[in-house]
Amino acid sequence: MSAPSGGGASRDGYGAALLEMLDDDKVVVLEADLGKSTKSCLFRAEKPSHTVSLGIAEQNMMLVAAGMSTSGYVPFASTFAIFTERGFEQVRNGIARPNIVVHLCGSHGGIHTGTDGSSAQSIEDLAIYRTLPNMTVLHPCDDVSAKALTLALRNHDRPSYMRTARNKVPRSYSDESSNELKIGKGYVHRTGDDVAIIACGVMVNEALEAADLLAKSGIQATVVDMHTIKPLDTNLVTELAKRCGALVTAEDHSIIGGLGGAVAECLVSHYPVPLERIGVQDRFGESGGSDELLEMLNMKAKNIVDAAQRAISRT
Amino acid sequence: MAERGMGLEIPELESMAKRCRRNIVRMVYGIGAGHPGGSLSAIDMLTGLYGHRLRVDSDNPKWSDRDRFIMSKGHASPGVYSILHERGFLTEDDLSSFRKLGGSCQGHVDMKWCPGVDFSAGSLGMGLSFGIGCSLAAKLDGSDRTSWVMLGDGELQEGQVWEGVMSAVHHEIDNLTVIVDRNGIQNDDFCETQMRMFDVSEKFASFGWAVMEIDGHDMAQVVDAIDWADQVTGGPACIVMHTVKGKGVSYMENNPKFHGAAPNEEQFILAMEELS
Repeated sequence: MSAPSGGGASRDGYGAALLEMLDDDKVVVLEADLGKSTKSCLFRAEKPSHTVSLGIAEQNMMLVAAGMSTSGYVPFASTFAIFTERGFEQVRNGIARPNIVVHLCGSHGGIHTGTDGSSAQSIEDLAIYRTLPNMTVLHPCDDVSAKALTLALRNHDRPSYMRTARNKVPRSYSDESSNELKIGKGYVHRTGDDVAIIACGVMVNEALEAADLLAKSGIQATVVDMHTIKPLDTNLVTELAKRCGALVTAEDHSIIGGLGGAVAECLVSHYPVPLERIGVQDRFGESGGSDELLEMLNMKAKNIVDAAQRAISRT
Repeated sequence: MAERGMGLEIPELESMAKRCRRNIVRMVYGIGAGHPGGSLSAIDMLTGLYGHRLRVDSDNPKWSDRDRFIMSKGHASPGVYSILHERGFLTEDDLSSFRKLGGSCQGHVDMKWCPGVDFSAGSLGMGLSFGIGCSLAAKLDGSDRTSWVMLGDGELQEGQVWEGVMSAVHHEIDNLTVIVDRNGIQNDDFCETQMRMFDVSEKFASFGWAVMEIDGHDMAQVVDAIDWADQVTGGPACIVMHTVKGKGVSYMENNPKFHGAAPNEEQFILAMEELS
């Protein structure tokens, strides 16, 4: 069973942030038919003059956004995460290469998307966008942080990709704590010295639950929401490696190339310590409820607990 | 505010195009690489656009209210560089930097490297979409600036082009003109052998575009077509210009080998004689 899409899904935060920008006539919103899903429909309903519907044609949308950006506008373009990938080369050559500020949002990312099945479950988006020079890559964990980070993009001077999730998870932020969010800086939700769990997206909630479970067995874990995959907060990762000596990453994404890959690259360059990576283990998903899939793919809090113990045992 | 074009008459435009042809061949010969064929087929229209119509300012290349020219077939960069030289954006030294490390004249036109270039091309099929974005922004601004996009005929095989063709009509973008350089040759061979496109004008017309066909090497027709496109209202305009790839250099004309190859010394000398 998929969780209902309520106030806690990060895509809702994206839609809410767009509404906060209604007074800004330089903000334009682009859609490729899925505005009801990505939540850009909220903006469209209020300001159709600044919303461009481009139909089911993602490649065109990428370059229309680029053209508007070079003419002084700040485009927020969205579709499903998986369908942004159809326009990857457009993003590469038409946006990232000339460093044109377009903010691309891919919703319904990860296996958490659920019953739509593997064709809709992008598990490689963070990895592929992370390879592009100039790109900022974000993956907030709930609606409150998604709203704060989307608003922060308004004055961001580089192109970005932000993945949001379809389904609701318990909130990790209040309005107050979300005010502290900064692009490129991991947010420390909980501090402990035995192991550090670095998570993003819907896995932040699992990581916080795992920290509670670890505490019951006397293991104190730091939990970080690494909402910015690129540029990675390497200072924080290195500091955690030095202080805790064992790390776990947790992401609703392939363990290849995403948050786990980014943290691994950082560690081998700066301060190698044992690292365990929780995520999708080089396979595709399938239809099922969000929790069922997390369970089947060993991505629940209990799996993070096991990974933390493995990482500690390797020190 | 800059003026439209350069106030040139047809014979002056024809002379300018010939100077550009010489520079195209010089650039490609100088580095031993590049795409002369599609530059030579496009250059009469490029001359018509920059010499007769476009409102741009070489003293202020990023002037926000300039007309946009988007060379979607970005390999025809020598053609663009040669006309930007004529319009005062590039020096002789700039032209000599073609395809060289650190040079403003990159292999494919690049807005980050070259003043006067509005779009970083090189991957076919993207320019129309970018032009649509520029035109939508002009409308939001309430500006009368316009966007002109040149596509290759082989480029029409890219699916993204037709996404753009559809959306330009849907959004009734009448400050946008597409020019199709119908030279009939693409990288490997003649278009007819690679992927037949049949009646290009009919295709655009069937999507709802206003279409005009011309001889892309007849400067009077080029100028008339540009003026016609300016008068089209309610939707986008498309000029399908029939051209000869390699036009002006006998051994390059209609020869697929010179899509992306430089002449040797003997061929270079012959080309300069023919273009004198």
